[in-house]
Amino acid sequence: MKPVDARLKLERNEFTLDVDLSLPGRGITALFGPSGSGKTTLLRCLAGLERAPGGYLYVAGEIWQDGDYFLPTHKRRLGYVFQEANLFPHLDIRRNLEYGMRRSGIRRIDLDNALDLLGINHLLERRPENLSGGERQRVAIARALLVNPGILLMDEPLAALDLARKQEILPYLERLHEELSIPILYVSHSPDEVARLADHLVVMEKGRVVADGPLSETLARLDLPIRLGEDAGVVIDAVIGARDEAWHLVRADFAGGELWVRDNGMTLGHPVRVRILARDVSLAAAHTEHTSILNLMQGTIAEIADDAHPAQSLARVDVGGTPIVSRLTKRSAAALGLSPGQPVWVQIKTVALIG
Amino acid sequence: MPTSEDFGAIRLTLELATVVTLLLLILGTPIAWWLARTRSRLRSSVGAIVTLPLVLPPTVLGFYLLLLMGPSGFLGHLTQSLGLGLLPFTFPGLVIASTLYSLPFFVQPLQNAFEAIGDRPLEAAATLRASPLDAFFSVAVPLAKPGFVTSSFLSFAHTVGEFGVVLMIGGNIPDKTRVISVQIYNHVEALEYTEAHWLAGGMLAFSFLVLVAMNALKPRQKAAEP
Repeated sequence: MKPVDARLKLERNEFTLDVDLSLPGRGITALFGPSGSGKTTLLRCLAGLERAPGGYLYVAGEIWQDGDYFLPTHKRRLGYVFQEANLFPHLDIRRNLEYGMRRSGIRRIDLDNALDLLGINHLLERRPENLSGGERQRVAIARALLVNPGILLMDEPLAALDLARKQEILPYLERLHEELSIPILYVSHSPDEVARLADHLVVMEKGRVVADGPLSETLARLDLPIRLGEDAGVVIDAVIGARDEAWHLVRADFAGGELWVRDNGMTLGHPVRVRILARDVSLAAAHTEHTSILNLMQGTIAEIADDAHPAQSLARVDVGGTPIVSRLTKRSAAALGLSPGQPVWVQIKTVALIG
Repeated sequence: MPTSEDFGAIRLTLELATVVTLLLLILGTPIAWWLARTRSRLRSSVGAIVTLPLVLPPTVLGFYLLLLMGPSGFLGHLTQSLGLGLLPFTFPGLVIASTLYSLPFFVQPLQNAFEAIGDRPLEAAATLRASPLDAFFSVAVPLAKPGFVTSSFLSFAHTVGEFGVVLMIGGNIPDKTRVISVQIYNHVEALEYTEAHWLAGGMLAFSFLVLVAMNALKPRQKAAEP
């Protein structure tokens, strides 16, 4: 049995949620989709805030729902972060944090850890109305962690914040990602957040799951190109492996090769994510010496499929085990005689470092 | 100057209003909570029954209560079989009638306060391991404090000022059922206008002070979360 197993069906006027999902036991799973696709409803069903009669739910080693059995929310070992922090206005920050602690028998030391993890030590004596939106959300995340949850559910925790506040919180979310051993389910409609945080991607549309799998694999699927924002593309986990001081570049090493990117001052050995959009990747049959393109790699065509426009194709190229997606015109594909299994040179024009 | 009978009426009235308000806190709070939260189809009917004393003439309410608590009424049978005798023309009878009569004045402000809290703080409490009862006392009650203040003051003041129901149920027995409003009526009947002035003026001042205190105790509306 998978760490999280959910079979839920819920009919509302004009909306049906119909989901059969198994999720990994750690890392961040992003529930991604347009508004109205049922991501938040699914999350609320998992938390027991919404009832999907007759569903089945197995989380963190316990059955939460099965047939007529329905474990109420307050007995489920979960942490929940609402879109707007939802702190108790009648309690100061310390007592907001202690509210769940007292009810779940958490030790003092965990409070100190959570305060450090989210950088909210200095806010303890303040009241919720005197905090900025970003501070409130950090407190809400700490509060959710302080019930010793078996799973952390986050409902668009950044959606209500402006860009600057988002940038303020994202590093804390990345720390959660590195330090927590529990699975995190993260609802988002923001491509940037998903590219930056997710390990596992569940794409939803009209109440159904249309794609589900590890992030880079799912993004590289050509049968249903998942557009994170404006374009199809892939996200690759890498580590900063070298620095070229003279040209202000760093080398990001990934499973299948290396990429040179602009030096943003990251330390060597730091894990990074890079995003490569399909439109920035071109293919060549032979190695070209004379090009301005910095990142050239050898790969093998894995699959070619039609793109949205009849003039274009998408090609998935396997570069040492890492998939990279390229967009090219059908004429070019025909001129190069591309077919699966064929070796090609991959030219990557732009690589974006994210986090 | 007020007579000793007047002071007896004042003492009795304050006793009655205190007991009724405490009773309403115990009985009216769950009703207000249920009305604010339920999705039951019975909601509008129960709401109407609770509100009925607001529009019903006190004499009508008093008349039916008198029948109900009388020797051949359901409540009368019950109290007699329990060896408690009959309720009309007793202090407990007044308490029951006044509690019913003041019910809408207690339930409505509190129901509004509970509704204003919304689902979200209670959902947050549930995800923080609070059972529904725990969340009620640790989240809903503190957040609805202004509602409790308004409801208690209104029902206290309303009970102090009631006349029709008391006259129908309790009559005019000194130190047992003779409250201030009935005593004012007695004075006026007897053309004792000076004594009537003392009590009437006192009631006016009292009512004014209750409203001032209620507004002073109400916490200022805090700025909403952006």
